[in-house]
Amino acid sequence: MPDIKRKPYRTLGLGVAAAALLAASPLYAADDKLVIVTSFPSDLTDVFKTAFMKENPSIAVEVVNKSTSSGVKYLIETAQNNQSDIFWASAPDAFEVLKGEELLGSYSKEVDGIPADLNGYPINDPDGQYLGFALSGYGFMWNTRYMDAYELPAPKEWDDLEKPVYHGHVGISSPSRSGTTHLTIETILQGEGWEEGWKTLKAISGNAKTITERSFGVPDGVNSGSFGVGIVIDFFGFSSKASGFPVEFHYPSVTALVPANIGVVANAPNEGPAQKFIDFLLSEKGQALLFDPKIMRLPVNKNAYAGAPEGLPNPFDGSIETKVNFDSDVSEQRYNVINSLFDVMITYRLDDLRNATAAVQAADTALAEAGSGNAEAAKLIEEAKALINALPVSAEEAADPDFNAIFTVKRKEADTKVEGRQAEIEQQWDAMVVENYRKATELAEKAKSLL
Amino acid sequence: MPTAALRRPALNVSVGPYLAAGIVVLFLGAFLVVPVLKVIQVAFQDPSSGAFTLVNFQDFFASTLFRQSFYNSVYVAGMSVVIASAIALPLAYFTTRFNFSGSVIIQTLAFVPLIMPPFIGAVAMQLLFGANGSVNLLLREYFGITIPFMKGLNGVIFVQSLHYFPFILINLSASLRNIDRSMEEAAQMLGSSGVRMFRRIVFPLAMPGYIAGASLVFVKVFDDLGTPLLLNVNTMLAPQAYLRISSVGISDPMGYVISCILIVFSIFAMWVSFLGMRGKDYSTTQKGGGGLSRRDLTRREAVLCYIVVLLILALVLAPHLGLLLLSFGTVWSFGVLPDGFTLAHYETALTSAWGFIQNTLLYAGLAGLIDIIIGTAIAYLVLRTNIIGRKWLDYMAVSALAVPGVVLGIGYLRVYYGVEMPLTGQPLATWWGIIVIALAVRRLPYALRSCTAALQQISPALEEAAENLGASKLRTVRRVVVPLMVSGLVAGFVTSFATAAVELSATIMLVSSEKDAPLAYGLYLFMQSAAGRGPGAALGIMAVVIVGLATYLSHRLVENARRNQAAASAPGGGH
Repeated sequence: MPDIKRKPYRTLGLGVAAAALLAASPLYAADDKLVIVTSFPSDLTDVFKTAFMKENPSIAVEVVNKSTSSGVKYLIETAQNNQSDIFWASAPDAFEVLKGEELLGSYSKEVDGIPADLNGYPINDPDGQYLGFALSGYGFMWNTRYMDAYELPAPKEWDDLEKPVYHGHVGISSPSRSGTTHLTIETILQGEGWEEGWKTLKAISGNAKTITERSFGVPDGVNSGSFGVGIVIDFFGFSSKASGFPVEFHYPSVTALVPANIGVVANAPNEGPAQKFIDFLLSEKGQALLFDPKIMRLPVNKNAYAGAPEGLPNPFDGSIETKVNFDSDVSEQRYNVINSLFDVMITYRLDDLRNATAAVQAADTALAEAGSGNAEAAKLIEEAKALINALPVSAEEAADPDFNAIFTVKRKEADTKVEGRQAEIEQQWDAMVVENYRKATELAEKAKSLL
Repeated sequence: MPTAALRRPALNVSVGPYLAAGIVVLFLGAFLVVPVLKVIQVAFQDPSSGAFTLVNFQDFFASTLFRQSFYNSVYVAGMSVVIASAIALPLAYFTTRFNFSGSVIIQTLAFVPLIMPPFIGAVAMQLLFGANGSVNLLLREYFGITIPFMKGLNGVIFVQSLHYFPFILINLSASLRNIDRSMEEAAQMLGSSGVRMFRRIVFPLAMPGYIAGASLVFVKVFDDLGTPLLLNVNTMLAPQAYLRISSVGISDPMGYVISCILIVFSIFAMWVSFLGMRGKDYSTTQKGGGGLSRRDLTRREAVLCYIVVLLILALVLAPHLGLLLLSFGTVWSFGVLPDGFTLAHYETALTSAWGFIQNTLLYAGLAGLIDIIIGTAIAYLVLRTNIIGRKWLDYMAVSALAVPGVVLGIGYLRVYYGVEMPLTGQPLATWWGIIVIALAVRRLPYALRSCTAALQQISPALEEAAENLGASKLRTVRRVVVPLMVSGLVAGFVTSFATAAVELSATIMLVSSEKDAPLAYGLYLFMQSAAGRGPGAALGIMAVVIVGLATYLSHRLVENARRNQAAASAPGGGH
């Protein structure tokens, strides 16, 4: 009897053994190999891999795909026995982290057609450890079917998204989750100033339907129609449209163009092929590959724009207006404070913020309809708005290196003083923010009841 | 209701159990405890000086946000168990109690929700149940209303119940099938029937399976990351831990503190469920007919059963239906259905996916096998021996549920990247075997619950009998215990295998070359671009079909074995 019962195992075991044989792959060592760690989708990497291997048939390119943060952690954890040659990703701050860990080698070659900077933002790392290969700007993308169904106008500027009509229709990612969202937030803060910038950000987020956990969550949400308007990096908009989704993309006038980057990993086992790959990527021929409909990114090489497809703007001839001169030193100084502040005030308390925003919008509308003007109600609404916009940290404090050191485990300088812990500070902020949103909701409701 | 204390065979002075325990401890120590400690030690460090401190835990309890997250997590986990039970009970009962045509298919289909590929499942759910999904678009058009299925904590409970109820179904069904028919017959002869008999006899006897499933659902929902993230609910513990650990640039110790708390609370929940079972003996000595007597249904009853079952299946399989539509659809955006249909996505997926599929079958199969071997060993040590600290083996294995995949992945890199493989000199952490081990460790709790429940229902008297007849301990386990546990073991293997096949969070840290990558990684590749959504869905469907087929086949194997056994035992049987 038991023999019969044991049969399933035997069959199972055989099956697994067969599968093992099937999948066992021979280990071979190629003379010329190149290992690229990247966060880019295979839509992008395949194009370059194929083209590069056609020019250099002796080099076997292996692409390892990881999200930006896993990629950074992977390189840090594997540094003692490094097997990777190139790190290739969007967010400049990921490269800054690697640079801080001394995990990047250098590549310094002048390439014809690539300028040193664009509106103040350097295209290549000044120390030559990583280089920009494509430019990206931030803007809005919207789902035309969704906008028609809800009768929403297409937004043009950041403050359009503050309007009550967009309440519950906006999607955005968080700066601590997405390096590119961080750049947008920093751009708005630099373009409009600390207080005004946060006011805009809170007003937009107060209309948000959701704060997505990864950058791609925003275009995905707009594509499927779970929300109407998303704040996204340009190529998400262009490539979604090229894939057939009913979406449009628009740059607002306060935007910055920032480079997506590539760098050689320190102690790369295949240094030569790595340099060759970057040469290829930055050449006119390599840059033109960015116009592939599945990629749709803006080249850094001016000369490549001769073959640009219709509808893709050329940042070097002024077809994208960029009012902000991006200061990357300021950005770096307050990097972690911005991430934490955004999450405490917006991401984690989105419901409270949304309720307060809705209450103020309702009171505002009622006030406008009442016409004659009710001084007391107007005063209450102003108070409510001030409460929502109150910031626990001033611009000076946010830029203070001692204060920033609370938010990093690795100190840049040994003598940086650290007083307080991140969790402690965040709890103080949280208490203030929650109380303010609650009071603001109360005041706005009171104002409405007066009208 | 049987209440006699659990009997154990007399203490047997032998090295066997200690040897087995040693191997298990070595495995768990090397691949769970050490890597995890290596990462979460940050929780016990002063962020500025690096000295040992408990101040981070003080900060945790001082924080309103974290306290609120904790309550939310407990609430969601508790409610999910309630709703998952409501879904699983009728399915388990109908399929084991009645001669219901297609029981095997229902058992297989109802299992499919567990195989929800990452990312792509989220998109499918939003397209169907989201605020602007198919259901709500229809409701708004015809009735002018919408139902926020996917909003806030209720959304999380809704999705979690649909996703995890198979844990209860599988374990409960295995238990129901193991109930001795004579118990039921005795109750009938004493005049009990219908609901009363179910409540007083059948359900209590099936308790080990139910508790195993329910506690698994509770802990899994409590620790689960994917669903809250897909609904963008941040104020729960697991997402808080994940967001703080994996953010770019920030290295907040609170993420690791939360991981510690998740682990401790999961062990606590398992301990409570263990307490609930203590002092009760669920084992029966007879293993003759196997399961409840099956009754034929009248035509009316059959129709009724079908309606209930089909309604439940329609609900729980809706996400997969969405996935199917997505994989065949051209563009699906703000509409009840896709704009058009095509086969192109399957073509795209197939050209790149074959290697991924092979790897997945190999990895998940090996992981499932490791899991039932270790699971049986632990269950046996815990229930049948008196070795010291045996329960801690159980807790240690279960704590794997609470370890975020990211933490395990980083831990492996930290511990094993410096270790070189013999012969090739390649770092151990980049060998594909390490992915198998990661999957096995992460899915071990599932298999362990099933193995424990199965063993709990076997009376030690059978082993005593075997030993009295001169069989050695090992031989008894091999020839008596394991064969009697078979349906529990298959349930365990299938759960581990199927869920390992779609796991991503630890594997994405560990994949070091594309040729070693499993299917979930291929999905991840597709799901990063707008054009990849269709092919991603196609790959997801292939994963579901392959794992579903594997499940169906194992059910068939068990059923055949059972039938053969029943046939063989019939002449001398006691029924």
